Amino acid sequence: MTDIIPPQTASLRAESGPFFGEFGGRFMPESLIAALDELDEAYQLAKLDPEFHRELAELGRTYTGRPSILTEVPRFGRHAGGARIILKREDLNHTGSHKINNVLGQALLAKRIGKHRLIAETGAGQHGVATATAAALFGMECVVYMGEVDTERQALNVARMRLLGAEVIPVTSGTRTLKDALNEAFRDWVANVESTHYLLGTVAGPHPFPVMVRDFVKVIGEEARQQVIDLTGALPDAVTACVGGGSNAIGIFHAFLDDTSVGLYGYEAAGLGVDTLEHAATITKGRPGVLHGSRSYMLQDADGQTLDSHSISAGLDYPGVGPEHAWLASIGRANYRPVTDADAMAAFRLLCTTEGIIPAIESAHALAGTLELGRELGPDATILVSLSGRGDKDVETAGRYFDVLDEQGNAIV
Amino acid sequence: MTDATSTSTSTSTSASPVGAAHPSPVAGAIRRANTERAGALVGYLPVGFPSLDESIDAAVALVENGVDVLELGLPYSDPVMDGPVIQRATVAALQSGFRLTDAFTAVERIRARVDAPVLLMTYWNPVLQYGVDRFADDLVSAGGAGLITPDLTVDSGADWLATSDRTGLDRVFLAAPTSTDARLRLAIEHSRGFVYTVSTMGITGARSDLDAAARTLVGRLRAQGADSLAVGIGVSTADQIAEILGYADGAIVGSALVKALADGGVDAVGRLAAQLAVGTGR
Ligand SMILES: Cc1ncc(COP(=O)(O)O)c(C=O)c1O
Repeated sequence: MTDIIPPQTASLRAESGPFFGEFGGRFMPESLIAALDELDEAYQLAKLDPEFHRELAELGRTYTGRPSILTEVPRFGRHAGGARIILKREDLNHTGSHKINNVLGQALLAKRIGKHRLIAETGAGQHGVATATAAALFGMECVVYMGEVDTERQALNVARMRLLGAEVIPVTSGTRTLKDALNEAFRDWVANVESTHYLLGTVAGPHPFPVMVRDFVKVIGEEARQQVIDLTGALPDAVTACVGGGSNAIGIFHAFLDDTSVGLYGYEAAGLGVDTLEHAATITKGRPGVLHGSRSYMLQDADGQTLDSHSISAGLDYPGVGPEHAWLASIGRANYRPVTDADAMAAFRLLCTTEGIIPAIESAHALAGTLELGRELGPDATILVSLSGRGDKDVETAGRYFDVLDEQGNAIV
Repeated sequence: MTDATSTSTSTSTSASPVGAAHPSPVAGAIRRANTERAGALVGYLPVGFPSLDESIDAAVALVENGVDVLELGLPYSDPVMDGPVIQRATVAALQSGFRLTDAFTAVERIRARVDAPVLLMTYWNPVLQYGVDRFADDLVSAGGAGLITPDLTVDSGADWLATSDRTGLDRVFLAAPTSTDARLRLAIEHSRGFVYTVSTMGITGARSDLDAAARTLVGRLRAQGADSLAVGIGVSTADQIAEILGYADGAIVGSALVKALADGGVDAVGRLAAQLAVGTGR
């Protein structure tokens, strides 16, 4: 312990937009400003309304399965330099990932504003599935935009959304991945803003999305912080999460922002490597710019054209990142590191075989980072990991990767 | 809603405060068209489609066939305000190697051949990456008139307001049917050239029915003191243009021209421009 008392500074948890330092803001067509203002206003009111919080907490308890549990994984931890590894099990939520937390919050809000149609973008399909689920629950119409490339690699989730009654529209414009699904959702919203709420799936986009989504997912870290203290008697030394747009990461980081002894580590998808063009390591390799309505780090060429990203994980395959992460990186509060496809898949396999938990490939990036971090910090360290989702949707991708399934998806025996 | 302001205010002489400091070439061209005819025709084409040379020839053909103000679109990877026709053209331009500096080349070469003012329509990130000041200076050097910024509103555009005041470039902000009166005033006060009146809630692309929303919005903008208004999004025929110019100062055509260029080349887009110009009383 240091005996130097730090100067009293404002809480890092108090940031509420539109800007986080120089990041964030609202760079959007005028046609959408009224809807963003309406949403912001409704959200500000809901935030002060105990009834809204009660309803949301009730849904969390009776529908999502909150609080999600902690699981210690000592057999996995042996490969992480013997560090004490604790998973926050968002994979056990209804619909299989942390995405449901944000979705239920926004769907409740949409109901308050009187919108009866939900639209969403999705990459891995987890956010689309969660949105389709909430639409069914609230009796709303639902349209999900999904890059054509992603509809192929996450076919199972496309089927789930359809079963839930949503319309899935494959996006064939641009690079046919998550960023183009966002573009298409914005285009839909511009045309249908009177009836429609755009249920954005991560902490990116124009204000108020980054703050509002963060507030709906920060329950992850609030629970986990207390649970870790109850379990170990102390704060963890580090908290880790994968970063696509950044919602599960900010969700688990936020409660710890003012705990200066706790290191925060976000793991970006390095794809085939950050020295290739095939990656999605936005903070590591990008520079500030405006994409999808806010200023943050992004992958772009010299002319400001967005570059294609690559990751084996559809949910991390995004060339932008939420502005709060850009800010946390710029002030040095959180560290962002790249993890390759290969390292993520090795960690995926390791968690399967050592602990009997099949993680989402997105979450496997956090696991791979944790293996390395554990070796850095040593056996006395405690590391809390956001296990953001389960791997059911990834069985086909992983099955092929590990030669358990052939190209047609049939079992190899 | 009765529309007391449905006649064109071509004779209006009131200038906005910023307009007084910098005489706007675009506002001038629109005023002239309203004095001589029913109003102005603003034509959109993307730079670099189908090639840089052909995009320049096509823009020249627009002016030679009755377009009063040119709006050159900068191809951008994530054009959230654009429909399929313009997306296809700008994706093709990007794939064949469009660079930002091509826009200045195009403006310069077009201005050497015809006298109509040229606005660039650009999403904000390319300008930001090039440098707002440097972009503006290079546009001035090329003889460009200013910028239309579909994803930059007045309240997010402090750096562009400062730079356009320094350089005297025109700046066209958008007004939408959903904009509050306070936001309409903001767009009017800070636009120079014209206020881009979004006819309908939606993205670019030809529509057979123009919304009554356009007429209503123009009425609201007039009531807030706007004196240079052009209506765009969905406009594709001479009849629509004639109707719009009954209450607005200019009509903007985009996707229909891009489609003509894609389908029939420079000659076809020139012919379409001539047909559309009939709607202005030419
Ligand atoms: C399980 C899981 N984790 C993480 C992500 C990445 O999103 P974010 O960075 O917003 O948490 C996704 C996105 O689809 C996901 O499905």
